[in-house]
Amino acid sequence: MLEFAATNGGPVLFFQQLELGITLGAMYALVALGYTLVYGIIELINFAHGDVFMWSTVVLLLVSNALGLKGTLGGFALIGVLILFLAIGMAVSAFLNVSIERLAYRRLRKAPRLAPLIAAVGVSFILENIAQLTIGSGFIAFPPIFPTTALNIFGVKISILHIFIFGLAVGLMYALDRFIQTTKLGRAMRATAQDPEAAALMGVNVNRTIFMAFLIGGALAGAAGLCYNLVIAQVNFFTGFKFGLIAFTAAVFGGIGNVYGAVAGGFAIGIIYALSIQYFNFLPGGGVAWVDAIVFGILVLTLVFRPSGILGQQVPDKV
Amino acid sequence: MPETTIPALQMRTVTKAFGGLTAVDSVDLTVQPGQIFSIIGPNGAGKATVFNLITGIYQPTNGDILLQGQSLKGLTPDRVLRRGIARTFQNIRLFSNMTVMENILVGEHKTFPGDLISIIFHLPNYQSAEKHARTRALELLSFFGPKMVALKDEYAANLSYADRRRVEIARALGSNPKVLLLDEPTAGMNDAETAEAVGYITRMREQFNLTIVLIEHKLQVTMGISDRIAVLDYGKKIAEGLPEEIQRNEQVIEAYLGRKVVVE
Repeated sequence: MLEFAATNGGPVLFFQQLELGITLGAMYALVALGYTLVYGIIELINFAHGDVFMWSTVVLLLVSNALGLKGTLGGFALIGVLILFLAIGMAVSAFLNVSIERLAYRRLRKAPRLAPLIAAVGVSFILENIAQLTIGSGFIAFPPIFPTTALNIFGVKISILHIFIFGLAVGLMYALDRFIQTTKLGRAMRATAQDPEAAALMGVNVNRTIFMAFLIGGALAGAAGLCYNLVIAQVNFFTGFKFGLIAFTAAVFGGIGNVYGAVAGGFAIGIIYALSIQYFNFLPGGGVAWVDAIVFGILVLTLVFRPSGILGQQVPDKV
Repeated sequence: MPETTIPALQMRTVTKAFGGLTAVDSVDLTVQPGQIFSIIGPNGAGKATVFNLITGIYQPTNGDILLQGQSLKGLTPDRVLRRGIARTFQNIRLFSNMTVMENILVGEHKTFPGDLISIIFHLPNYQSAEKHARTRALELLSFFGPKMVALKDEYAANLSYADRRRVEIARALGSNPKVLLLDEPTAGMNDAETAEAVGYITRMREQFNLTIVLIEHKLQVTMGISDRIAVLDYGKKIAEGLPEEIQRNEQVIEAYLGRKVVVE
């Protein structure tokens, strides 16, 4: 894994970790949005979502091998490859997520809530095992295609890659917001989240709306997969498990079911993650050993003291 | 109305059983175009189930439901709406975290182009549909007076009870229905509000060329505005006729009002 903890001290150190935290946060937020979109509409915690994200990292690894990519790219080659990877990553995860909904969850829509939840856990295992069969159990390096250039602002190194990731994530979030707020499908999604039966009686095709939630959530996870490969550069079949849980924590922390909460929660958890690694370094084993406990401690505390999250959930108006 | 007219809405010996309970038992109803048709009956008589059957929430165990002569069998609620049946709810079900305008736009959902590309990229056909839908939403609000138009950007949750009822009707009208089902449109309203509601229900029929099916508890409302009334009791239709006929019907008085009560 990367060296997360910086060596110099003071405010420079703080901002350096903050820069890293925002980058991680952008990725967590993209994945958290997928949890929250699906939960907001069908109240299902899609435990396979982390693995849908992981599959984008795996397929992008396979594509980069097929293209024979080894080293850093520049100029139009870099732009072309990034666009291609983004399109492939988003398409793979969107397709997977939609297929899972169609094959596994749709049949269980009227079943007791535990049934689709367990189905999601089952799908998660299936996706992980197929990935393991495909690329083995090791950590495989993703080629470092992105230049390592960084801006130096008062000693804080801001990598171009991290700027790219932040810009990409914010751009996608803005597009999502516009989609939800200004299009008929966005309105249909909000209406369905609140009262699926009333929405259906107003002419909203509920199956199509649920399909859209999975499609968009999957696509965002796919974009996060590309970011993950560029930053972490290690592909493994089990990546989605922990990454998914952290993103899920972010969604709960922000208020599951609330898209703005997922974004806020994602960035908050990313920043807490990066700062914890540094500032809990005095603990035995170093900050890295404790960071998961801290993040999941936040999950537990949120669920105990503020289950609706920091921004609160849009409480469905059910009768 | 000539004999040859195709009924706007027809239920043919419709039965709905939930396990051992028969909520609706071989009910026949024929609603002619342009009528205001009321369904009355005591609590648990099966009126709500009839609405749920017509709108596709439930499928009949037996029998068939026809809109302008065409069967609605097997259609999901959104498809029934697309065929031309819209409804309101007894316990108002607006989308409370959406604005009045957005609620009506959801009602107009079917008037938009359906393909994803037009929607995502706001292509001209989508834009013109959106623009048209917003203009139409304002027209529907103005039907209830300028006060309602001024509330267009208010969240539905913040509206007064009577205003929420109005918005719910505007939302239902958004889909340009042929048949409008009103589920106790004056429930919870005081006398003045009820009188106003009776006024706009009658005006609505003319202005939007509607056939209206009404579930209503207040007899003064039903008797005043209905062209025809059907009475349900324990899932069965026990009477049907003109308001004055229903008022005189001994069986109805007994089932609906209990013995020894005279309808005013």
